[in-house]
Amino acid sequence: MSTNVDTMNRLSFSMPYRAKWWLMFGLMAAPLAWLIGSALTGGLGANPIEAINRFLGDWALRILLVTLAVTPLKLMFGLTWPVRMRRMLGLWAFAYVALHITNYVAIDQFFDWGDIWRDILKRKFITAGFVAFLIISALAATSWNGAIKRMGVQAWKRLHKLVYWAGVLGCLHYIWMVKADLREPLIHIAILAVLLGVRVYHNLRVYYA
Amino acid sequence: MLIKIPKSWQLSESDATPENIYKERRRFMKGTAAVITGGIAGSLLGRDAFAAWVRGEKLPNVVQSQYTTDEELTPYDDVTQYNNFYEFGTNKGDPYDNALDFKTKPWTVEIAGEVNNPGIYDVEDLLRPHQMEHRIYRHRCVETWSMVVPWVGVTLADIIKRLEPTSRAKYIAFETLHDPKQMPGQNRNVLQWPYVEGLRMDEAMNPLTLLATGVYGEVMPPQNGAPIRLIIPWKYGFKGIKSIVKITFTEKEPPTSWNVSAPREYGFYANVNPEVSHPRWSQAKERRIGSFFKQPTLMFNGYGEDVAHLYSGMDLAKYF
Repeated sequence: MSTNVDTMNRLSFSMPYRAKWWLMFGLMAAPLAWLIGSALTGGLGANPIEAINRFLGDWALRILLVTLAVTPLKLMFGLTWPVRMRRMLGLWAFAYVALHITNYVAIDQFFDWGDIWRDILKRKFITAGFVAFLIISALAATSWNGAIKRMGVQAWKRLHKLVYWAGVLGCLHYIWMVKADLREPLIHIAILAVLLGVRVYHNLRVYYA
Repeated sequence: MLIKIPKSWQLSESDATPENIYKERRRFMKGTAAVITGGIAGSLLGRDAFAAWVRGEKLPNVVQSQYTTDEELTPYDDVTQYNNFYEFGTNKGDPYDNALDFKTKPWTVEIAGEVNNPGIYDVEDLLRPHQMEHRIYRHRCVETWSMVVPWVGVTLADIIKRLEPTSRAKYIAFETLHDPKQMPGQNRNVLQWPYVEGLRMDEAMNPLTLLATGVYGEVMPPQNGAPIRLIIPWKYGFKGIKSIVKITFTEKEPPTSWNVSAPREYGFYANVNPEVSHPRWSQAKERRIGSFFKQPTLMFNGYGEDVAHLYSGMDLAKYF
């Protein structure tokens, strides 16, 4: 088994870990760079505020799914290098969520807290998105090494298992928002189902082994 | 009398590149680039550089209408590149990208149902006897964005009178072309195709209701619903059915596409109403395309004086 894992690691990416880290960092930053470039050159179309909102929301969910792919990659292919950079990936997901919410609060609603609060209470897709935001914020706030020590490993792990719910709520936020074309939200839901399914399958195998 | 003798180096008026050709150049280059790219890729789907529709054909004999507004017009490029026309795709830019080769000539409209003059009319014959007008209307989408659009069209009531509906005609139903070869969005069942819409007869006869065939004084581009589409400025945009091929006079309320798709969210009437929320978002405010701040949405989109009487005594929260 161990030789198998070694082979996988060598074959998959014969690149020093630091290079992989920077490559992934760059990939996560690329959509944001594209967005800023488009905004500065007027490439966001007739309704730029909506375009920014959609773009940041799409990438927040996609990068959250990338983060949730780390464990399945280890369980299925024995890849360990993604595990080492999971914090960086998770913080990028948080960054896109935070920018998505900032755009909604500061630009789309222009700090109309009354309307924002009513949206959160009345519109279930916004309720789901808001709860996902609270979860991912808590995870980002406890993402530093000291937090694990202070909370204790068990409590920290329990808290960070909430990321599954952030994924589920993120997908619900998406599918409850669209008007009629469900294709893209369904693709995201299918990917999430595979990523969570791999974990369930693995846990059942361990349990019945 | 002043006689101007042009110097040999002076250009005459006829030498100047007409504005429409100059403006079309970019689009032409884009189309040509697509064809070259398509050719390299060995694709047979390459885009025709000489598209069915080109910008700049002015509509003749159009008069100004009393229906206008001082509000700032939404720029032509926004009006024609930010569209909901699911027959050409569900993204706002899809209709502009996918409708370039849409054939709007020849075009016929079938008139059917409770009417004395049924038949299949060429769209030109249907419109020709009536006065075309420039009308500047506010346009409010159910998604909470809005525009101000200078349409060109004919009062629907004039056409209806000529067609002579019978006394049993209480409603009027409209149908969009169903042609998945030309309308790629129809290959997926995002909505039931063809798109259908309808009005109560008194709504259809209201002088505000327009059968539009142009924007900005020019022939309407396909992505906006050429060759004819409906404009009902006090209703949400989705009531304004595009690329109409059939008009039926009916006794009963006809089905309407978005209502069939999501009856809780979209009613038959779909009057602009800031007090009745869409179940998933408030309709109290709107963002005018090009503006940073949202503005309050007006009851009946600001056309209450002309249309409020149509709904007196009706519970508009129930008949949304």
